[in-house]
This record gives sequence, C-alpha cells and structure tokens, in this order.
Amino acid sequence: MQLIIEQFPIVIRSLNIGFLQTLKLFFVTLIGAFPLGLLIAFGSMSHFKPLKYLSRFVVWIIRGTPLMIQLLIIYYFPGLILHNPIWGSGESGRFLAASVSFILNYACYFSEIYRGGIQSIPVGQTEAGLVLGMTKTQIFFKIKLLQMVKRIVPPMSNEIITLVKDTSLARIIALQEIIWAGQSFLKGSQGISGAIWPLFFTAVYYLIWNGILTTLLGYLEKRLDYFK
Amino acid sequence: MAILEVRHIQKTFEKTQVLKDISFSMEKGQTVSIIGSSGSGKTTLLRCLNFLEKPDGGIIAVNGETLFDAANPATTKEQEIRRKRLHFGLVFQSFNLFPQYTALQNVMLAGQLLAKEAPDFKTHKKERLLAIEQQAKELLCQMGLADRMENYPHQLSGGQCQRVAIARALALTPDILCFDEPTSALDPELTGEVLHVIRELADKETTMIIVTHEMAFARDVADHVIFMDNGTILEQGTPGDVIENPKEERTKQFLSRFHQEKQFL
Repeated sequence: MQLIIEQFPIVIRSLNIGFLQTLKLFFVTLIGAFPLGLLIAFGSMSHFKPLKYLSRFVVWIIRGTPLMIQLLIIYYFPGLILHNPIWGSGESGRFLAASVSFILNYACYFSEIYRGGIQSIPVGQTEAGLVLGMTKTQIFFKIKLLQMVKRIVPPMSNEIITLVKDTSLARIIALQEIIWAGQSFLKGSQGISGAIWPLFFTAVYYLIWNGILTTLLGYLEKRLDYFK
Repeated sequence: MAILEVRHIQKTFEKTQVLKDISFSMEKGQTVSIIGSSGSGKTTLLRCLNFLEKPDGGIIAVNGETLFDAANPATTKEQEIRRKRLHFGLVFQSFNLFPQYTALQNVMLAGQLLAKEAPDFKTHKKERLLAIEQQAKELLCQMGLADRMENYPHQLSGGQCQRVAIARALALTPDILCFDEPTSALDPELTGEVLHVIRELADKETTMIIVTHEMAFARDVADHVIFMDNGTILEQGTPGDVIENPKEERTKQFLSRFHQEKQFL
C-alpha cells in the first residue's frame, strides 16, 4: 500500500497523458464517422444499384470482421505487403492509421443506425411536406432530421459508449493510449516495474468518462422528449 | 369556366390498372364528394391531383391552365410540379402533422418557407412573418382551436389533429382543397367535430373534393357526387340522383346498407 501511494503521482501523470490520446482518438472517430456514416447510409438506400450494393458490401465486411484485425491490416498492410509505408513512423503514424480504422468501422455501424432512423419515419411526413410545396431538402432538414435524431439517440448512445472502450484496441498497434500507458509500468518505466495496479486503474478513467457521457446523452434524450 | 378539369386520367401500378379513364370537372365554390368501395381508386385519384402520383395518361387543368398533360413532357418536370401542387391542398386520413412542431407552427411552417424564397423577403421580413402568424391564428380559431395553438400533436385528440391539418392546408390558400377520408381514423364523436368544420367550409363556398365513406355527410354537403368503382366513374350527378336514386346496379348495391340503416333511424 505504502508503495502504491509513492508510485501514485508518477503513474497518474502517465495515465493522464495516455488518456489524452484515448480522448483524441475518441473525438476524431466521432467527428469523422458521424458524416461518413450518413454518406454510407444514403449510399445503401440509393436507387442506383451499384452504389447500393457497394455500400452494403463494405458494411458487411466491416461489421463482419473484428476491429482489431482491421487495425492490424490497415496499419501493417501498406508497409509490409505493398512496401509502401504510407502511415509514416512513430506515434503520429500510428494515430493516423488508428483514426482511419476507427472512423471506417464506426461509420459502418452508424450508417445502419441512420438507415433505421430514416426508414422508420412514416412516408406520410414526406408527402405532407410535398403537398405543402416544400422541396426535398426542406423536408429533410425541417421535418425529418429532428425526428430521425430523436429516434437514433438511444442506439447512438450505445455505440458511443462502446467506442470509449474500443479505443483500447488501438493498443495492438502500440498507440500510446491509456492501456499502453498503464502497461508500461509492468515492463518498467520511470523507475517503476512489475506494477500491475496501474493497468487495473485505467478502468477508473473509462468508467468516469462513460459516466459523464451517459449523463450528457441522457440529457439530450430528455430534451427531445417534448414531442412523440 | 370550370376551376378544375380532369380528362382521361389513367394510372397503372405494376400490372394493376387503378384508374382507367377518369374525367370530371367542377366549378369554383363547389363541393364534390367521391364515394365508392375501398380499392376503387378514389385515393389514387386524389394523389394524382396532388402530384403524389404521376398519371400515365390524361390531363389536369386548373382555371383553364393545363398543369399536367401526360403527353407533354414539358408539363411533367419535377421542379415545376412543386409550384403546381400549390393549386391543391390535401388533408390526409392519418393527419400527418409534424410531431416536433406545435399546432401553430404546423400551420405556419410551409408559408414561412415559401415567404423566405421571395427575393424581397429580407426587407419585409417582419411584416411578412407577422402576417403568416396572424393568418395561422385566425385559421386555428376558425377551427375551434384557439386554446390549443401551443400544443404539440401528441397532446391533441385525433379530431383536433385533423382540424390542425385542415388549417395547415388552408394556410396556403389552395384553389381546391382535397380530403382523403378525413374521418376514417376517428371515432364517431370526433368524426362529428371534423365534419362540422368541413360543413362550415362548404357553407363559405370553399372549393373541395372529399373522398368519404360518410354517406349522409356526402348527401348533405356535396353539390356533386361521383361514384367510383374499379377505377372508373360509374355514376355522377347531384346527391339526390346518385345517393338517393342511383341508376346503376353496382351503385345500388354499394349504397344498400346505407339505405337500410336509414330506415331504422
């Protein structure tokens, strides 16, 4: 116990740095996957058959294979197989590869949520807008969008909370996120070695961050409760 | 001159011909009722008039202007159809109010969006929006919803929702207001209040086409009744002719239950 108290400030400093990288990956994924997911959703609902089948094929591949494998392939394939290491070396290269993997993976999950949300809005809403002389764009933004948002908040919340924990998978390509930071004290870092508790302690970070997110998303859900 | 002239409208879905050869016309201020069994094409006809369906053949003319001619591709372009739709209003069986807007906002929304497209909107913004709000409030009062303007659709009864929908359609001052079985989703009590406001509109000489299964209402309110069967107009004329003294065997059969029930009353 005495030892842990001595190690605590050093470990926390490292874990904080690692968690910043975790948060960076989390936000970059959301910012990229929200719009990309919408594009894929429109693609998979397109009347243009090739686009529709291509979108659905990509979604099938991405949702049907582990994110960890996708990370490994996206990070190592260009360098090891094509002999063209497009990601560059070092932490920035790993972060770029991880971002691409996560954005692609989460965009596919989001696209299915969007698609469900869009398709669940009764066609009568569109028709009511049309007979009132609205354009398709006006109907989407003024009528359907908010109804869609309301419907997708609960399943989106689920995905967002899963994403917080999934960022730990980036450890597999040695991205220096919080798991990597916690694990470093096992092998030895800053005069501490053989310590397993920092790795266990990373769970507290995830728990607190997810607590904050759950509260925020619950608040958003409540705010949209004014209509049915 | 007829306010609406429909000539030889045809519509086929897949292999089923839903509208075979529909022609009729109506005068300004008239109320036309369309009756007939389910599947006879009544709703499809209204949807064609509102350009929610594209007829395969035929002509639709309002005030002498040909809005749609299946033989003339220039009249069937998507961008122009939007403007042409404004000649018609449509009240749906299932109301289709926008759930995220209050009753008042539901009535104002389309008008506001159209007003914003006017080139001089920026300089007249305040007065234009105020006029839209005033008109919407008047319409809702007229519908007996003065104390319901700030309510959301889920806080209203079906009858109140349908009256908001009628106000919403009237807000764009269509030449012809269409009703697609406006009371079919309502219980008898709520049906009464909706029919009451439609009757008031008829008294004010609003030009209306009403698809309905309420025979007594059609008989009392309509100037002209159209009986549709299997995609054609089988019989049309005054309510006295079509509903009280139908000539065709099929019409008699369709109306037999209505006349039987009347004897018991």
